[in-house]
Amino acid sequence: MNIINKIGLGIFVAALALFTLSLGLDSYQLKNEHLPGKSTSHQEAIKVAAEESGIIGKEYTNNIAYIADLKKAFKQAQKTQEENAKNGIPDGVNEWDFRMSDGDVKSYVFSAVKASSNGLIANNKLLFFFLTIGLGALGGLIYILPTFLKIPGIKNDHIYHSSMQRGLTVNVRGFFLAATILGLLVYGFYYTGGQLLWPVITLIIIGLIMYLVLGRKNEKSHEPTKSASPNITGWIGVITGVYLIVFYIILYWAPAYMTSWINMVDPLSHAMSGNDASQWFLYGTLYTIVIIVMGIRMIAKYRHNKYQILRTISVMFFQTVFAFTLPEILIRLNKPYYDFKNIWPLNYSFFFDYNIKDMLANGSFGIFLLVWGIALALVAVPVFVYFFGKRWYCSWVCGCGGLAETMGDPYRQLSDKSLRAWKYERYIINGVLVFAVVMTLLVLYTYFTGQGRVFGFLDSYSVRTWYGFLIGSGFAGIVGTGFYPLMGNRTWCRFGCPLAAYLGIVQRFKSKFRITTNGSQCISCGNCSTHCEMGIDVRWYAQRGQDIVRSSCVGCGVCSAVCPRGVLRLENGDSDISERASETRAIHISEDEVKLLY
Amino acid sequence: MKIIIIGNGISGITAARFIRKLSDHSITVISSETDHFFSRTALMYIYMGHMRYEDTKPYEDWFWEKNRIELKRARVESVGFEQKTLTLDNGESLPYDKLIIATGSASNKFGWPGQDLERVYGMYTFQDLEAMEKYSDGLKRAVIVGGGLIGIEMAEMFHSRHIPTTILVREESYWNNILPAEESQMVSRHIKEHGIDLRLSEELKEIHDDGNGHANAVTLKSGEKIDCGFVGLTAGVHPNVGFLKNGALKIERGIVVNEHLETNIPDVYAIGDCAQINEPVEGRRAIEAVWYTGKMMGETVAYNVCDKKVKYNPGIWFNSAKFMDIEYMVYGDVPAKKADYMNTIYWEHSDGRKSIRINFHKESGEVLGFNLMGIRYRHEVCEKWIADKTHVENVLQHLGLANFDPEFYKQYDKELVKVYNKQTGKKLELKTKRGLNKVLAFLKK
Repeated sequence: MNIINKIGLGIFVAALALFTLSLGLDSYQLKNEHLPGKSTSHQEAIKVAAEESGIIGKEYTNNIAYIADLKKAFKQAQKTQEENAKNGIPDGVNEWDFRMSDGDVKSYVFSAVKASSNGLIANNKLLFFFLTIGLGALGGLIYILPTFLKIPGIKNDHIYHSSMQRGLTVNVRGFFLAATILGLLVYGFYYTGGQLLWPVITLIIIGLIMYLVLGRKNEKSHEPTKSASPNITGWIGVITGVYLIVFYIILYWAPAYMTSWINMVDPLSHAMSGNDASQWFLYGTLYTIVIIVMGIRMIAKYRHNKYQILRTISVMFFQTVFAFTLPEILIRLNKPYYDFKNIWPLNYSFFFDYNIKDMLANGSFGIFLLVWGIALALVAVPVFVYFFGKRWYCSWVCGCGGLAETMGDPYRQLSDKSLRAWKYERYIINGVLVFAVVMTLLVLYTYFTGQGRVFGFLDSYSVRTWYGFLIGSGFAGIVGTGFYPLMGNRTWCRFGCPLAAYLGIVQRFKSKFRITTNGSQCISCGNCSTHCEMGIDVRWYAQRGQDIVRSSCVGCGVCSAVCPRGVLRLENGDSDISERASETRAIHISEDEVKLLY
Repeated sequence: MKIIIIGNGISGITAARFIRKLSDHSITVISSETDHFFSRTALMYIYMGHMRYEDTKPYEDWFWEKNRIELKRARVESVGFEQKTLTLDNGESLPYDKLIIATGSASNKFGWPGQDLERVYGMYTFQDLEAMEKYSDGLKRAVIVGGGLIGIEMAEMFHSRHIPTTILVREESYWNNILPAEESQMVSRHIKEHGIDLRLSEELKEIHDDGNGHANAVTLKSGEKIDCGFVGLTAGVHPNVGFLKNGALKIERGIVVNEHLETNIPDVYAIGDCAQINEPVEGRRAIEAVWYTGKMMGETVAYNVCDKKVKYNPGIWFNSAKFMDIEYMVYGDVPAKKADYMNTIYWEHSDGRKSIRINFHKESGEVLGFNLMGIRYRHEVCEKWIADKTHVENVLQHLGLANFDPEFYKQYDKELVKVYNKQTGKKLELKTKRGLNKVLAFLKK
């Protein structure tokens, strides 16, 4: 590290520390005008409960105590409404405008905390935005700067000497995986209001997949030994992973604790959509800034490689314009929020009734959105994958892919290359695809028939809740990004994304895309496999001169970039594809003399 | 039948894999170096932290048991060719029906004073890597003796840890006994550009002892003394056959084998770096210590061991390497000093890190060889052009077929056509740009 690196890192760490501390720096005073409620009856109940509990006007400097008190008061209001409901819901009032759901209570706590923030951060929103997020980005950029001055070429020195990038031993990794799954299932039990059904079904499916992978004959002898397991765990990486996991837990399920951060981006949100910021706006802002800063890092690192540069600019563009800016402009124009590049089934709520209604309520523009969304999934996916492979989406357009390719790049080597990991991958990702399709069909059934239950027992509402909780938040967020430093940057894309599964099926069976190998030039060094973020053992194919057609390949092109012998090339062309991708190629001896082996 | 293979490098392992594909014979691979096969060419990446040792293993550890290839970690002390028995360093003796010797190379030492001191190592074995790792802590300077492929790798390794490094090269330009002058100068420039102390036309005279049996300085032929904590010996390699010498096995520089890779003793074969072909095909050397030939010999010997006689034919020469940031590929005949019958066209990028060279026959115009720096060309296409004795003008007009650089990379094939036009006064034009379908159609022709 030279002096510029150190300055940049110092600024970044200071900004991150202030950012983290800022969660405890605000103070709160609840006033009547801060009290939430989506209906008059809710507003009244909350007002009564708040007055009785004595929190109005009280000064809090500790948001944990404050949120606890608020929760208590609002739960009381919920109870009151529940009891009033026993006497019958007044005429002309919607049941759920009268009854208060757990979700209502949660969002009321959140908006009350945010509105009643009144302290250092809330009164200096812009200043803190620049001191934390702004300085963090600046520090990152300064840290990256010296890379531009180096001689262009592959820059992977010391990644396995780095505590940040080295990864975990198999045991520590196993601990994190098991703890995360169990934690999700236990919390999911509470999240769904004490239903055992879904956690139990999930557990059974996990058990089934483990049996399918491990229970087979001879599987014992397939014990992976070269999985992503260093001898010593990189603890800075573990700490980073834990930080990210905690961030996602708060973001999804306890945003009331991060109102200081959300307040910081209020001015930006006002400027863009005219509304107060939500936790999702905060998330979008951070996401976009991270992709831009780390995208610049990627460009510096690969500035000899035009494919990498263009691809990185592409994901930076789609995130900034399509995912972040356009939806906010739509809101400003009173149109539905819409991310034009988000495709079902990754965008799993596209066919949810409220979304369809929202689009239908917006005239011809809404119809356009509906048709656009369906066309993306049913036409664009197969057609573009046929011509270019799934990379057109996964590593050029997608937001999850964009984050993985930029912020996640330092961790790409941590994907598990073992055969066993590949077996898990196939069951899990296709399982999620099936789950997404079934869930969507049930939702549509309910939309068209008005029936909540299908076959008398499947409740489409609880199916979509569980999908959103387990896959949408747990898998895509907590595991998807929180596990970057633990299991690599494409954990979600490789094991979980239903859209990736769908794109992958097309890529595997009907696409011109492949990675070709250059004759016999492979030296089996393993750089390609090591740096494959999707955990493909690229070398397995390259060393036998076999073209590579794999459903999981996102076409990032890094295998080709890191190859020291120029062996791999991403290509779109389907002549002889089944012949050259088959195992029947022998290239080392002249073919007239011996019969083909492999 | 019981087959024993000595050496678990690329040759020995390729032989084992192909014997398994062809037969049900019992296969045992013996190595004293590591438990499992790893890619020797990747040793440098372990040191530089690009990969771990585990990542350099081309097959998972269960692969061997699944394919019934027995691995044995031991050193072979001697071979009883009469009794068909091996004696191992642990005292065990192993009988065999057929024996394949694939013991690879050892680093050259030319009798320099101090060459056997501690802190003096080649960069060939896993143990060499461990030694480099061990002595890198607090190392103030390393001196590397010899400017071949391994010398520059070793320099890159030390350089990655910011350890000042001096390379002593006997020639007046890096590797100019193999590379043509322009390419050789390009690499020399690149080494210096990285801040490595490249000493051309300089040789080692002696290595000094610090009094405890460790090297602490070297003296050069020019008389200069350089303090250093590590001396790398990378002046080439020789067949690693010392333990077999003075026996019945015919050994010259390497183990002498015929075109079927058989030695003078029945049922004993030798392959890879340690084998010396008694009548190499035209234009090829008797010993070629290269990954690719080792792999081909492994495959060939498997057929011969399984009683399917196949001649070893390495085909058209090819090789590749990477000089720090510059990739290098060669196909066919590109000698350091072009032969009388050869003509050459050479184009170099203004950044001084990319070049293309094509050699062709002065009279017939047939293309003879390709030399690429920082640019990738397709192996199969170049090979076919050379094998078909294609006219250089035909090659130039369809040069796009050979281009293997990643998508969106600028293509420089046109520049080479320009060079040719300038040299000959002709007006050729590039007709074919790159594209896989065209390539595959061409290859099928």
